[in-house]
Amino acid sequence: MITVQDLHKRFGDNEVLKGIHCEVEEKEVVCVIGPSGSGKSTFLRCLNLLEEITSGDVIVDGYNIRDRATDINMIRTEVGMVFQQFNLFPHKTVIQNVMLAPQKVRKLSPKEARQRGEALLEKVGLAEKADQYPSQLSGGQQQRVAIARALAMEPKMMLFDEPTSALDPELVGEVLEVMKQLAKEGMTMVVVTHEMGFAREVADRVLFMDEGIIMEENTPDIIFNNPESERTKDFLNKVL
Amino acid sequence: MFDFTQVIDFLPQLGKGLYYTLLISIIGLLIGFALGAIFGLGRISKNKFFFIIASIYVEVIRGTPVLVQAIWIFFALPIITQYNMDSITAGVVVIAINSGAYIAEIVRGSVDSIDKGQMEAGRSLGLNKHQTMRYIIWPQAFKRMIPPLGNQFIISIKDTSLLSVILVPELMFQGRYIASNHFNAVEIYTTVALFYLVINFSLSLLLRYIERRLKY
Ligand SMILES: Nc1ncnc2c1ncn2[C@@H]1O[C@H](COP(=O)(O)OP(=O)(O)OP(=O)(O)O)[C@@H](O)[C@H]1O
Ligand SMILES: [Mg+2]
Repeated sequence: MITVQDLHKRFGDNEVLKGIHCEVEEKEVVCVIGPSGSGKSTFLRCLNLLEEITSGDVIVDGYNIRDRATDINMIRTEVGMVFQQFNLFPHKTVIQNVMLAPQKVRKLSPKEARQRGEALLEKVGLAEKADQYPSQLSGGQQQRVAIARALAMEPKMMLFDEPTSALDPELVGEVLEVMKQLAKEGMTMVVVTHEMGFAREVADRVLFMDEGIIMEENTPDIIFNNPESERTKDFLNKVL
Repeated sequence: MFDFTQVIDFLPQLGKGLYYTLLISIIGLLIGFALGAIFGLGRISKNKFFFIIASIYVEVIRGTPVLVQAIWIFFALPIITQYNMDSITAGVVVIAINSGAYIAEIVRGSVDSIDKGQMEAGRSLGLNKHQTMRYIIWPQAFKRMIPPLGNQFIISIKDTSLLSVILVPELMFQGRYIASNHFNAVEIYTTVALFYLVINFSLSLLLRYIERRLKY
């Protein structure tokens, strides 16, 4: 599904990604962990070209996204993204948030878009909030709407950038539940997270990033119980 | 000692002035808004050429007094272009290009103030840049524009009174004409001032109402 080869990303003189290699298979859930500033968000944002790539290749669903011939908007319809800060559209109601892109990009009729939107809100447990504005919702509810909004495009894979980091602790669970459900249904997912419990339980593979490279890549079992790298061990000792 | 009842006799003439004041304000500001939207987007454009053109426009207009702009457009421009504009057209042009420059800055500021995450969210859903601007950024920016736009509208409406120097038959022009012929400066200028006050205060109320109706 996703192949990353020797990915480098520089902001001015600051090289943030220093040669990333990785593969994500269909239906796989990959969690990315690592210290703050190690480049996790930057890495994720390179996968749908929200960040310009300095060098290297990213192949998504068979398309090299840096290729000029690749229609990046088309790729993005296949790659849903969920942000730490939700980024819901505050001037639109919950259902309008979910319906917008399917109508404008997938050219669904308003009726089809609404049906799809309502089904997805039902799925994330927010059917009754359809006509409210995002500002009237709790953080956990907003993030679930954001997930529904991304799913409304029927993407082939989903990227999550610390989806629960901006939430009060008591609201984290409801969002993780939705994500677990998605994983169970076979969604391909790349999840940057500080929720080690989630990574341990849901991930097929865990990537430990440090200083712009993938320091260790292993099953959750090995990463959390028997990490190969000292850096991984240090990091986990600090956060667990 | 002051006889305000006589103002009634001059109401038709003041009314005619009011008509031109409103006409020039409305047409001028409509065009000004269009100019402001275009050049405001120019000021945030990555296209160097567009950015430079927009910046020159904004700086030239902000850096010169509206009175000078009016006189230049009415008296100097025709000499250069060999084309005479009637004073009303010139008045509309002055208000349009003057307000356009300030509105461009309002547009730029409002669009800039929308969180970067909104553009990213739109793009990540597969909307192109144009669609994201149109459906996501612009509607939010528009709400933030309303108070400063209201300010600018009021300033521009008051600026139309300067157009009397280029012989636009607007409210202030009529007031001056009447007062100098009938020696009733207090009555007439007070009335003229009240007219402006009523227009601008109504506009304030209208804008406040619109802002409240955009409920998010
Ligand atoms: N737009 C940008 N311009 C310049 N530098 C940036 C930009 N975005 C990120 N960086 C830098 O890149 C480095 C990696 O940032 P990134 O956000 O990818 O880290 P992260 O691993 O996601 O950290 P966190 O856990 O805090 O979210 C940081 O040093 C950051 O300052
Ligand atoms: Mg991050």
